[in-house]
Amino acid sequence: MTNPVFDRIKNDIENNDVVLYMKGDAMFPQCGFSATVVEILNYFNVEYTTHNVLQDESLREGIKQFSDWPTIPQLYVKGEFVGGCDIVREMAANGELVAHFESNGIEPKN
Amino acid sequence: MALTSPEIETMILEILPDAKVQVQDMRGDGSQFAAHVVSKEFEGKNRVQQHQMVYKALKGKVGEELHALSLQTSVPE
Repeated sequence: MTNPVFDRIKNDIENNDVVLYMKGDAMFPQCGFSATVVEILNYFNVEYTTHNVLQDESLREGIKQFSDWPTIPQLYVKGEFVGGCDIVREMAANGELVAHFESNGIEPKN
Repeated sequence: MALTSPEIETMILEILPDAKVQVQDMRGDGSQFAAHVVSKEFEGKNRVQQHQMVYKALKGKVGEELHALSLQTSVPE
């Protein structure tokens, strides 16, 4: 059985290097955890796309099932789930996140 | 119904009996928790998998009643 939301997510994370599923958008995050991940991505100055799950209930539930992860935000890099806010924050602090970007060929924006 | 720190700790220990679990109720009202879980069971698993194990222990409450659980996992040194 195909799930149209899963197909959308798959298509999205395969075609965008860095994808953040969040509450709100990068300009106006609507939750502190989402805001934290936006800040981190901005700090590393990488290009990313965001999806506001608050505007799409099917995406909000779908992404939780797709990742087997119960909370939003969720960060994907090159089609792979990296983690939620706690993991991203920890990886940013210990240098793993920048290493992860580099090993995936993701460079800071000019 | 808000959970309490001891309830969260008990649920995690049911699934990870060897774990050292610290749970803090950050505001004292059951709305925001921080948990640090150290278990041998995490060995060889990445951080996402480690967190998923704890989320499973909490039986679907994370993201629902437990919206604000900040989680840190590690393997014992």
